[in-house]
Amino acid sequence: MGKYLAMIRMRFLMMLAYRTDYYTGILIYSINIGAYYFLWNAIYGEKSSIEGLSGMQMTTYVAVAWMARAFYFNNIDREIATEIKDGKVAIEMIRPYNYLGMKTMQGLGEGIFRFFFFSIPGMLLVAFIFPIELPHDPAVWGIFGISLLFSFIINTQINLLTGITTFFLYNNAGLIRAKRVIIDLFSGLLLPISFYPIWAQEVMKYLPFQGISYVPSMIFTNGYSSGEIGMALLQQLIWCIILIIPIQLLWIVAKKQLIIQGG
Amino acid sequence: MFYVSMFFQYVSQYMKTRLQYRADFFMEILSDLLNQVVNLVFILVVFGHTQFLSGWSREEIIFIYGFFLIPFALFSAFFNIWDFNDRYIVKGEMDRILTRPIHSLFQVILERIELEALFGVVTGLIIIFYSAISLDLQLAWYDPILFIIFAIGGALAYAAIFVAIASIGFWSDAKTSIMPMMYNIGNYGRYPVDIYNKVIRFVLTWVLPFAFVGVYPASYFLRKEEWYAYAFATPVIGVAFFVISVFIWNQGVKRYRGAGN
Repeated sequence: MGKYLAMIRMRFLMMLAYRTDYYTGILIYSINIGAYYFLWNAIYGEKSSIEGLSGMQMTTYVAVAWMARAFYFNNIDREIATEIKDGKVAIEMIRPYNYLGMKTMQGLGEGIFRFFFFSIPGMLLVAFIFPIELPHDPAVWGIFGISLLFSFIINTQINLLTGITTFFLYNNAGLIRAKRVIIDLFSGLLLPISFYPIWAQEVMKYLPFQGISYVPSMIFTNGYSSGEIGMALLQQLIWCIILIIPIQLLWIVAKKQLIIQGG
Repeated sequence: MFYVSMFFQYVSQYMKTRLQYRADFFMEILSDLLNQVVNLVFILVVFGHTQFLSGWSREEIIFIYGFFLIPFALFSAFFNIWDFNDRYIVKGEMDRILTRPIHSLFQVILERIELEALFGVVTGLIIIFYSAISLDLQLAWYDPILFIIFAIGGALAYAAIFVAIASIGFWSDAKTSIMPMMYNIGNYGRYPVDIYNKVIRFVLTWVLPFAFVGVYPASYFLRKEEWYAYAFATPVIGVAFFVISVFIWNQGVKRYRGAGN
């Protein structure tokens, strides 16, 4: 356990050393939030609410969805791909730790860093510029926190899966990009899931993606009833568990057929 | 002539390296395609809840997006210089460029071409044809010519912004992350500018002319007469901004001292 904690700490400190890079990150996210803010304003027009979300809730939704993304988002799929291509993975695999577990911890270190130096100041900045309603009930903040942790786990698991495919595809930059686009759309970052046509919502119920962005954002904007919150959290938890299976299976196969391309 | 033959030599070299990893080459095209589909899905889902976006209908918005894809594809294929500062200035690669008898910007551009992005032209055209048919747009004989001129104008406007920003690297060697920011601001040009407030509209028109990549030129083909003046300004803005940016680049090259080795 200690070595994993050390990994979180190391990644955190590494990020801290380059923290100035993140100020522009906050600006970029704010620019995106701005774009969607104006867009949604035009979409709402005279309407007071769409699919149960008011204009103000929608702005809050967009803001929290992006700022939460700063926490759960990481590039460990790309890191795994690079380490495989460089042949570094061979050394990683003889080290006395679980490679995938280590990558997850690095992602967590990065996430914790961004949570404090990106999401929180970013949220304050955005709340200052745009009309946003922060939840008053401390319980909502707590539940949001739990849900956010689940979204980190689900997103990281999907990243691990994509990363492992490098063992089979050798060069999967395209796949990694495609995955990112799919997650942006199906996780509810760009559009709340409830805005999709019913048939699409039905399909998405059976996919893990909405646990990444839609669930925590809806909790934050008070878009759920209390019964729905429980169900949504349970669904996130179930996906966290289910996704372990394909990762382990792929990992076992991958180790067997590993080819070091250089190093 | 020399520049033309250099261009084709770089392109053929590029094709060889790219086709080495064929599967990935097609994955890149596919993921671009996916990106475009996602943006379309966004528009479609949004219009499931509203009829008009500041007076623009669904097909018009789709048309604007389709048009935007074409200059954007030209830009991404030939002006992939977002990491110029890291790649050429910090690593001192610029030294190598400057010893050769071709204009430095031309070389940098050729070394970084990414031709698979040109596939966006195809998707753009498909989207445009689809929305033009459903809007029942009438074409004059000179419209295709204007279309090409506007598309190139838009691409130049886009390129100008990125060349100018890349040139900052000559003055300050601090690592800039302005480039990714610009990509995000560029997305503002995909939608009608009248949904933004005055300040943003002004910026998108006169400072970072991203509106000339999508909505302004597209409004000519959509017969929105109130925007005609802007539409016809597209090539002028594109060329003017591009000339300015090349001038800034040349000034920057004069100041370039090398990173040392």
